[in-house]
Amino acid sequence: MNYNWNWGVFFEELPGGEERYWEILVNGVGWTLAVSAFAWIIALVLGSAIGTIRTTPNRLLVSLGNAWVELFRNVPLLVQLFLWYFVVPEVSAPLKAWVVQAEPSHVQFMMAVIGLGLFTSARVAEQVRAGIQSLPRGQRAAGMALGLTTPQTYRYVLLPMAFRIIIPPLTSETMNLIKNSSVALTIGLAELTFRAREMGEYTFSFFEAFTAATLIYVAIAMTANRVMALVERRVAVPGFIAGGAK
Amino acid sequence: MDFDFDVIQRSIPYLWKGFQYTVQLTAISALGGIVFGTLLALARLSSIKPLYLAAASYVNLMRSIPLVLVIFWFFFLVPLILQAVTGAERPPQVGAERTAIITFIMFEAAYFAEIMRAGIQSISKGQVGAAYALGLTYGQSMRLVVLPQAFRNMLPVLLTQTIILFQDTSLVYVISATDFLGAAAKIGQRDGRLVEMYTFVAVAYFVISFTLSYFVKILQKQIAVIR
Repeated sequence: MNYNWNWGVFFEELPGGEERYWEILVNGVGWTLAVSAFAWIIALVLGSAIGTIRTTPNRLLVSLGNAWVELFRNVPLLVQLFLWYFVVPEVSAPLKAWVVQAEPSHVQFMMAVIGLGLFTSARVAEQVRAGIQSLPRGQRAAGMALGLTTPQTYRYVLLPMAFRIIIPPLTSETMNLIKNSSVALTIGLAELTFRAREMGEYTFSFFEAFTAATLIYVAIAMTANRVMALVERRVAVPGFIAGGAK
Repeated sequence: MDFDFDVIQRSIPYLWKGFQYTVQLTAISALGGIVFGTLLALARLSSIKPLYLAAASYVNLMRSIPLVLVIFWFFFLVPLILQAVTGAERPPQVGAERTAIITFIMFEAAYFAEIMRAGIQSISKGQVGAAYALGLTYGQSMRLVVLPQAFRNMLPVLLTQTIILFQDTSLVYVISATDFLGAAAKIGQRDGRLVEMYTFVAVAYFVISFTLSYFVKILQKQIAVIR
């Protein structure tokens, strides 16, 4: 193939002369990780709450939880981000007032965090529900028989086991979230993929830039995998399959 | 804020064209992805080490990088590959729409490969043993015994993945292809009616994906009964 590789391009300066290309990539990684981290907190908190209420005996709560999951699972992430970034501020006057005077990168960051967080919360909710439902029915009955209230049964009996069971699927959701954060480039957030493309456009060294971004994503995915495996081992309850096998 | 329904009605023909491309892209990528993905799954389960390693690395690489990045890779890579293959003097103009089809087949194949691998592994060893005992070759036992059952067991998962693919095709927006969302964005930007267009697109995607997943759920129950 006719392509002239130029790996020195990372150490060249941007047209402004202030930064070098490797620095903007590192800067992009920072945004990728920041968006993912905040969105992950939203997803985990909301997803746990919604996944839990979908297993309660209360029909209304179950329908509410189901509606939430269906809503966020059946609209493409990109469209959801556009709704948050372009549509929601037009509908809400106070938000619009903030958007107009705020730093653009702050608006992009906040909308990306909300959009990714809610999108991922539906997926986390599915995992949490599956985790709770995979527990033997006797566990809930035993909690009740001990005189615990429903919230207590969840807090002390069901959730501690359910969360341990769902660590592997949560790991893949975490990695999905990190990958999905690249969609935020469509609303202008200067995360890793955005920066790689930008570098390609300035230097025409597209493949060097994309190779670097690919390697960074693989490294992040592997790190996230290791961290979650560590968590899985640390919280394992001896004698149970959920993590205790090794 | 005034919601202008008229702009949606006026742009229906253009949106329809975009939507047709979205459906076309989804269908071709799903079919191509399943065929290529099945081959990858067979390679991954093969006892020939180089074949296994190549398939495993491909699947793992594709699954650890974002789709947006894969789209960018192929957008710049496909013309160069075609130039190398055809020996043309300049990289041929492929266009975003056709590049997207190649990209999605290659990307989805990795995900379909994992589904098919699970499907093949769900078939009991005795089936393969019986096929070999009947004197079938590897190709025959896969084609006539293992794969048909793997397909049937995995059909709901394959369809669910296709619904995800249908939603993911909206990402061709990043290379300015005119799919359903791309068409809506172009009109929205031209007329200053992003609110109406994006809301309409969101509702349309929701209705279609929700309905399709509902049918997949019914199918899943029926298949569970047969087994």
